[in-house]
Amino acid sequence: MNKQVNQKAWFLVLPVVILVAFNAVIPLMTVVNYSVQETFGDNVFTWAGVQWFEQVLNSPRFHDALLRQMLFTGIILAIEIPLGLIIALAMPRKGFWVSVCLVLMALPLLIPWNVVGAMWNIFALPEIGLLGKGLNSLGFDYNYTRQPLTAWFTTVLMDVWHWTSLVVLLCYAGLVSIPDDYYRAAKIDGASAWAVFRFIQLPKLKRVLTIAILLRFMDSFMIYTEVKVLTGGGPGNATTFLSIDLDKIALGQFDLGPAGAMSLIYFLIILLFSWLFYTLMMRNEAQ
Amino acid sequence: MARIKLDGVKHSYAADPKSPADWALKEVNLDCQDGGAYALLGPSGCGKTTLLNLISGLLTPTRGRILFDDRDVSHATPEDRNIAQVFQFPVIYDTMTVYDNLAFPLRNRRLPAPEIDRRVRDIADMLDLGPSLMNRASGLTADGKQKISLGRGLVRSDVNVIMFDEPLTVIDPHLKWVLRSKLKELHHRVKRTMIYVTHDQTEALTFADQVVVMNNGEVVQIGTPIELFDRPEHTFVGHFIGSPGMNVLPVTKENGGISFLGTPVESIENVRAEALNGGRLEIGVRPEFVSFGTTGIPVEIGKVADAGRFRIVEARHKGQLLKVLVTEGDAIPSVTSHVRFDPTHTHLYSDGWLVK
Amino acid sequence: MRKRSLLPIVYIFFLMLPIYWLVTMSFKTTNEILGGFSLFPQAFTLENYIKIFTDSTWYNGYINSIIYVVINTLLSVSVALPAAYAFSRYRFLGDKHLFFWLLTNRMAPAAVFALPFLQLYSAVGLFDTHIAVALAHTLFNVPLAVWILEGFMSGVPKELDETAYVDGYSFPRFFVKIFIPTIAAGIGVACFFCFMFSWVEMLLAKTLTSVDAKPIVATMTRTASTSGYELGLLAAAGTLTIIPGAFVIYFVRNYIAKGFALGRV
Repeated sequence: MNKQVNQKAWFLVLPVVILVAFNAVIPLMTVVNYSVQETFGDNVFTWAGVQWFEQVLNSPRFHDALLRQMLFTGIILAIEIPLGLIIALAMPRKGFWVSVCLVLMALPLLIPWNVVGAMWNIFALPEIGLLGKGLNSLGFDYNYTRQPLTAWFTTVLMDVWHWTSLVVLLCYAGLVSIPDDYYRAAKIDGASAWAVFRFIQLPKLKRVLTIAILLRFMDSFMIYTEVKVLTGGGPGNATTFLSIDLDKIALGQFDLGPAGAMSLIYFLIILLFSWLFYTLMMRNEAQ
Repeated sequence: MARIKLDGVKHSYAADPKSPADWALKEVNLDCQDGGAYALLGPSGCGKTTLLNLISGLLTPTRGRILFDDRDVSHATPEDRNIAQVFQFPVIYDTMTVYDNLAFPLRNRRLPAPEIDRRVRDIADMLDLGPSLMNRASGLTADGKQKISLGRGLVRSDVNVIMFDEPLTVIDPHLKWVLRSKLKELHHRVKRTMIYVTHDQTEALTFADQVVVMNNGEVVQIGTPIELFDRPEHTFVGHFIGSPGMNVLPVTKENGGISFLGTPVESIENVRAEALNGGRLEIGVRPEFVSFGTTGIPVEIGKVADAGRFRIVEARHKGQLLKVLVTEGDAIPSVTSHVRFDPTHTHLYSDGWLVK
Repeated sequence: MRKRSLLPIVYIFFLMLPIYWLVTMSFKTTNEILGGFSLFPQAFTLENYIKIFTDSTWYNGYINSIIYVVINTLLSVSVALPAAYAFSRYRFLGDKHLFFWLLTNRMAPAAVFALPFLQLYSAVGLFDTHIAVALAHTLFNVPLAVWILEGFMSGVPKELDETAYVDGYSFPRFFVKIFIPTIAAGIGVACFFCFMFSWVEMLLAKTLTSVDAKPIVATMTRTASTSGYELGLLAAAGTLTIIPGAFVIYFVRNYIAKGFALGRV
């Protein structure tokens, strides 16, 4: 679309800019402020330079949390994106059942995050939870409060439960927007089901898949509440992801300097990846 | 290539059709000769697209049979029927090149590579797509994309019929004419059976040897463009084809003759009495065959519209509008006059159908 | 066809399991829950729900949540409307950077902002008010609303605006009388998303409140930690938090597909 140049449009975006700036810029400045100062409590601050950044970047604790975070995000992306796509492909396109499917699938997205955590907490309890009891009676040794591996399994399963629907709904929206004539033409051209997927559906889904990956990347990288309620970051530090570690440092130990530095590094990592995705997406759109 | 025959085909989108309104397509009988160019013409909602989808196999007829060269294909899939179709909005495979798009139907049918290459290049030349063969298909303009859709049908040497569903809808007006003549030329070269669906009479009349006019889920008339113009079987055809359409005037039977609001119409003679049993009577005469004179039906002259080589005069007889075509340079009476209808081109209709 | 629909059915079954477990628990007594494993409530009780509906610390939590969610939704969408219009219709200095900057706020981890927010809102005297939470949630909801609305607005042909101006409409009158009704579906979808993200967020809501505006989600964390394991009560409170979401989703069910594609597909 050919847009008209109009500098007065700034007046239209002004309310948004003011509101978001109030919420984003001032707190961000506060964080930056902490990150370069030393405090001994009682509101006494001294200049600390890049000391906290060096400390955070060199600490094994941060490395571990970052590694866990990347592993977690990698795993859930590897599961949720293909799974969501397959489910969307298998869904009916028209009729009564579509609404039923969509409403039921969207349900997990509308449950408060700490309720999701609490729900999975009791669902997975080894003695009295449906999942825990079920797995144990099937012969698995399952106790997510003690074993790091089962804790990971539960966390990943919870995230898949919570967010796969977002991918399904995005892909579904992309699929229903493909005109019927494409499928008809493919039928007439004698295309196999695989060819229909490869040459019609996948190209048309590129945009929504990029959005899905972007959103899932950002949100899983920021995951806090659900894991905090489910495992509290344990057992040990097994499920201590970046946000949880940050929370431990900032609110648990009140080490505001390192917490500030870590916040900025954390934010920059997300920003960098998101910028990459965003650029890719915009390039796709331009084509 | 095949001869296509529709034998008592009816279709309904309702699961259990009861009232006549449930039928999207009321009984259609049609015989398309091998290698012919046919057009299905009618206003939107007349059932022409339904009919097209029945022939292509995207729909299965509720009643009746569809025969391709005497083989009953009523329940066969589109692949089985071996047809090709060009849709209203161009369907191309975005990620492929023009070449791959054209090769796609052949590759799906596992033809040997050299054979595919030969045919793709052949068709690309025929469609003037040669220079852009290796470009991404998504970069082409709408008319280029429609050519690709058509090309995917043409590369297959064995297609029974190529169908067009309003293929010029998204083409720029000045290119419509180019593509239309290209289609006509292609039909002469490849001699395949082609069926062209449109609501635009110019497209239908220029493309087809035989035009099938449809209205309300029924075939109203099948004929050459000239037949449709000269002897419309139904007032709908008379009105729908031609610009402006045929004058359709209410008449009554009086004293053995036909009278138009009390004035005898001399152009109609020898009406067989039994043909007129009870029906609503009308006469149809095209504006081309109405002329001004000193005797005949008295009219008042209304608006005059200039349409280039001729002018269209709106005349009224006792309030009933009738249009008269006057060639450029001929005089137009100023206030009142009389009109005469050319006897060979004036037809009598009973309940809308031509009285023979 | 049969075989194909098996997968969505299995998936939905999987989605419903934890929800079923939560709902079942809410009808059990705490003793039964801790006493052992049972698929159905053995001693069916409404006690947990009665407690929630009679105890003001509980039901006020719901009221507080709904108040700030509604304020946030109205605020986010009403400021996002003109901005989205500007992005969809005009080019202006820094427009692309501004749009990306807005989106970056969607990427800011709440954990990063929790403490600075606490200080900011204490400093301006808004701590423990509904407004504070509603304002804080605009951080991620406004960018989202702008994004969604921009998508829907780009789908409306520019000729609509031009015709209206030719007919003598002023900009505000055109916007309210013609444009807003045209993109009503988009506004509905944007409202839905704002509602959703404000409703499910807990960290900021909990950090910015203590007593007067304490949301239900924060009340629940207290139960889990301080008053021992009152699982039945927790389950009942959790079940009740699902209801508003289910209610809202039912209303927008026909626009859901389009909404999730941010109006653009």
